[in-house]
Amino acid sequence: MHPNDTLPDAEAQCRQLAELIRPMLAKDPALVGIYSGGAWIAERLSELLGLDRETGLIDVSFYRDDFAEKGLHPQVKPTLIPFDVEGRHLILVDDVLYTGRTTRAAINELFDYGRPASVSLAVLADRGDRELPVAATWKVWDVALETKQNLVLEKQDDGQLAWRLENA
Amino acid sequence: MHNPQLNDRGELTHLLSTEGLPRAILTQILDTAESFMEVSAREVKKVPLLRGKSVFNLFFENSTRTRTTFEIAAKRLSADVINLDIGRSSTAKGETLLDTIDNLCAMHASLFVVRHASSGAPYLIAEHLRRIGRDDIHVVNAGDGRHAHPTQGLLDMYTIRHYKKDFSNLRVAIVGDILHSRVARSDIHALTTLGVPEVRAIGPETLLPKHLDKLGVHVFHDMEAGLKDCDVVIMLRLQNERMNGALLPSAGEYFRHYGLTPQKLVLAKPDAIVMHPGPMNRGVEIHSAVADGPQAVILPQVTFGIAVRMAVMSIVAGN
Repeated sequence: MHPNDTLPDAEAQCRQLAELIRPMLAKDPALVGIYSGGAWIAERLSELLGLDRETGLIDVSFYRDDFAEKGLHPQVKPTLIPFDVEGRHLILVDDVLYTGRTTRAAINELFDYGRPASVSLAVLADRGDRELPVAATWKVWDVALETKQNLVLEKQDDGQLAWRLENA
Repeated sequence: MHNPQLNDRGELTHLLSTEGLPRAILTQILDTAESFMEVSAREVKKVPLLRGKSVFNLFFENSTRTRTTFEIAAKRLSADVINLDIGRSSTAKGETLLDTIDNLCAMHASLFVVRHASSGAPYLIAEHLRRIGRDDIHVVNAGDGRHAHPTQGLLDMYTIRHYKKDFSNLRVAIVGDILHSRVARSDIHALTTLGVPEVRAIGPETLLPKHLDKLGVHVFHDMEAGLKDCDVVIMLRLQNERMNGALLPSAGEYFRHYGLTPQKLVLAKPDAIVMHPGPMNRGVEIHSAVADGPQAVILPQVTFGIAVRMAVMSIVAGN
């Protein structure tokens, strides 16, 4: 188990991720953050990259593949896509890429708004152990964790993003 | 006490009544409905949550609107919807309610939406499902007798929260035939649980149940006094069949005393909203100038009703 103070600085990682994405700006992309961590990162990226378009926010609860086992998530947030998806280059943003199931659900949901020109995936952390053929277009941090461990992005009281490692 | 609506983990598995539901569950339904409102505004108004599930609409009593909104809600959740024309089918041939249910279970039903003239019919079905060990099948009450109409109650709460933002400072009046109204009962329980400090019941003595004060409701027979400074006015439909009995003199007389006219509405707060579960009797319980006026939110109620029913069905089906 890692103590929290050895975990990397999430804010610095956001800045690195923004630089990785920057060459894509020529295509006039739109950001879509997955609740809740991905939504915070998408806000950061939007500021860092100076995007004037509003950021999309997505809650994949209605598209999850574990509804039969787990039921509906008790706190669903409204998905908000404040721009036309049709023909647009989309950048899906999440905090941790793991099994790939959340990404699958998010892509399905986005297609119910229209047919985007492309969908890319930007994440801060990639912990491997994929269960679907999904890969990040941009990532900052490859991290190997045990199955029982859970890597969580938090927004602290001062508004700063920080990592926390939980043991289930 | 055993609450037949909740499973062993305290989660909602049937929706039978707003009575006895904890505030957290009511709030969860309203929050989830807010997310479904957004789905209904999309290009593709459908999510895959209930794909492969079968929703049976069992309307032992007629209701086009409620049945239609449940059907739309189930279809937007990707469920298959089967509408049973009960009046003309097995019940008419003498089959008992529970035999009908057993047959539909054998057809792999996932969820029953039940409207019945007898109070308690949905409870009977839920208890039966528990007894035969089918906790994978869920029941949603779409109105039973004079007892409860919980999805209407919940969509009323959604409407109030949408326009008034929160429940903690409101004065809500329910006007009309409360005695025969399952909507009024579901509203009163939900309003109380959600923390509305003042609920009023306005109507003639013959149409108000006794002991309303035991539910914490303030009773008014004079509409002018009852409407004063209200934030929300919920009008109830006057059922025509009541007019023939001894309960009311005439529709005209009723309208003079309890019909909502623009002149009476000015007594409520200037930003008061006017609700009605439909179908309306214009000129009996509500004046057209109010029904079509800027304070009426009667059509938004219908739209919210679809999102609320989507929320209820997806929550119970997952538990």
